[in-house]
Amino acid sequence: MIKMEKVSKWFGQHQVLNDIDLSLNKGEVVVICGPSGSGKSTLIRTINRLESIQGGRIEVDGEDVYAGHMNVNSLRQKIGFVFQQFNLFPHMTVLDNVMFGLVNIQKRSKKESMERARSLLDRVGLLEKINAYPGALSGGQQQRVAIARALAQQPPVMLFDEPTSALDPEMVGEVLQVMKELAKEGMTMVCVTHEMGFAREVADRVVFMDAGQIQEIADPETFFTSPQHPRAQRFLSDVHIR
Amino acid sequence: MLEIVREYWPMLLVGQYPNGPLGGLALTLIVAVLGLAFSLPLSLLIALARVSPVKWLSFVTAQFVRVIRGIPLLMLIFWAYFVVPKLIGSSVSGFTTLVCALVVYQAAYLAEVIRAGIEAIPSGQIEASRSMGSSYMLTMRKVILPQALLNVLPSMTNQFVSTIKETSLGYVISVNELTFSANQVNNLVLTQPLQVFGVLAVVYFIVCFSLSRSLRWLDMRIRRSRAMA
Ligand SMILES: Nc1ncnc2c1ncn2[C@@H]1O[C@H](COP(=O)(O)OP(=O)(O)O)[C@@H](O)[C@H]1O
Ligand SMILES: [Mg+2]
Repeated sequence: MIKMEKVSKWFGQHQVLNDIDLSLNKGEVVVICGPSGSGKSTLIRTINRLESIQGGRIEVDGEDVYAGHMNVNSLRQKIGFVFQQFNLFPHMTVLDNVMFGLVNIQKRSKKESMERARSLLDRVGLLEKINAYPGALSGGQQQRVAIARALAQQPPVMLFDEPTSALDPEMVGEVLQVMKELAKEGMTMVCVTHEMGFAREVADRVVFMDAGQIQEIADPETFFTSPQHPRAQRFLSDVHIR
Repeated sequence: MLEIVREYWPMLLVGQYPNGPLGGLALTLIVAVLGLAFSLPLSLLIALARVSPVKWLSFVTAQFVRVIRGIPLLMLIFWAYFVVPKLIGSSVSGFTTLVCALVVYQAAYLAEVIRAGIEAIPSGQIEASRSMGSSYMLTMRKVILPQALLNVLPSMTNQFVSTIKETSLGYVISVNELTFSANQVNNLVLTQPLQVFGVLAVVYFIVCFSLSRSLRWLDMRIRRSRAMA
């Protein structure tokens, strides 16, 4: 479903991604972790071309993401993206946020869009908030709306960039719950997160990044109990202490 | 002052109308409303060109804005008054000249206000929209502009208010707007210039104050309804 081959990226002189190789089959869940600044965000942002790459190749659903003829807007409709800061549209109600892509991008009817948006909001447990504005919601609720919005156009792939890092601790659980359900329903997911419980429960593989490189890929059990890479060992002990 | 108002209010309000051309406050408001009605869409286009990824477009509009902002409105009015008829080969009324000069002048200022509003929208908003597959224009239309315009409503209000005040410059090219009418009244009364122009000031103040108050009220209302305040 996603295939990255020798992907490299520079910001000016600074190499942020160095020969990244990573593949996901349909329905797989991969968790990416690693210290701050190691290139995790940049990596998943290259998958939907929020960042460009200077070397290598990325395929999503069999299509070359960086092919000259590739229409970036139709590519992105197939890749849901969830941000650390939610990025809901503050001038739209919850319902309008979730309907945005259906109505404006996919040009579906109001009625159909509304029905799908409602069922998604039901799924993330926010049906009673459909007419609220984002400003009136807690962080956890906003992130669940953001997930519903990302799911609205029924993308076969979902990318999450630290979806719980900006949340108060008591709200992390509700967002992870939604993500776990999604994973168990067979969604193909790449999640940048340090939530070990989540990784253990639903991840097929854990990727450890450092300094723009993938240092280790392992199944969650192996990774958390006996990480091979010394930097992964140090990273894990740091995360656990916190 | 009250006597002046009592005696001359028709002239201050509508000029010579219905026995002569419409003037006074009515004409001031018409000029201001026309000025705003044309400068607002024009400024929006200029602002869009200014932030556009098309280099030459943003360059050309930036120079336009720079030039207009670098000259006094009065000069622009004179210039339009003498040059425009030469350019188009037929005479143009003072009224048209004034409206055109105001539109060009205000558009340059409003465009800067709107541009600042657009540029202040957090990049996360744009990324959220683009990551769903929105085009640049859809993102601009549905995500950036609605937020940017609301955010800069207070600054736009300032520009609207100054448009109203700037209509008084029509006096110099004999557009019989409010200031012109007040001067006519002053010529009739002869002995009370302080009071006559006092009335004039009060009228301008009431109009400007009501406009800025209503826009502030609108701003607050929208923000409250969106749980932003
Ligand atoms: N727009 C940018 N311009 C320049 N450098 C950037 C930019 N975005 C990220 N970087 C740099 O790239 C590196 C990786 O960043 P990022 O992918 O955000 O790391 P992570 O998500 O793992 O914390 C960092 O060193 C960061 O400073
Ligand atoms: Mg990051």
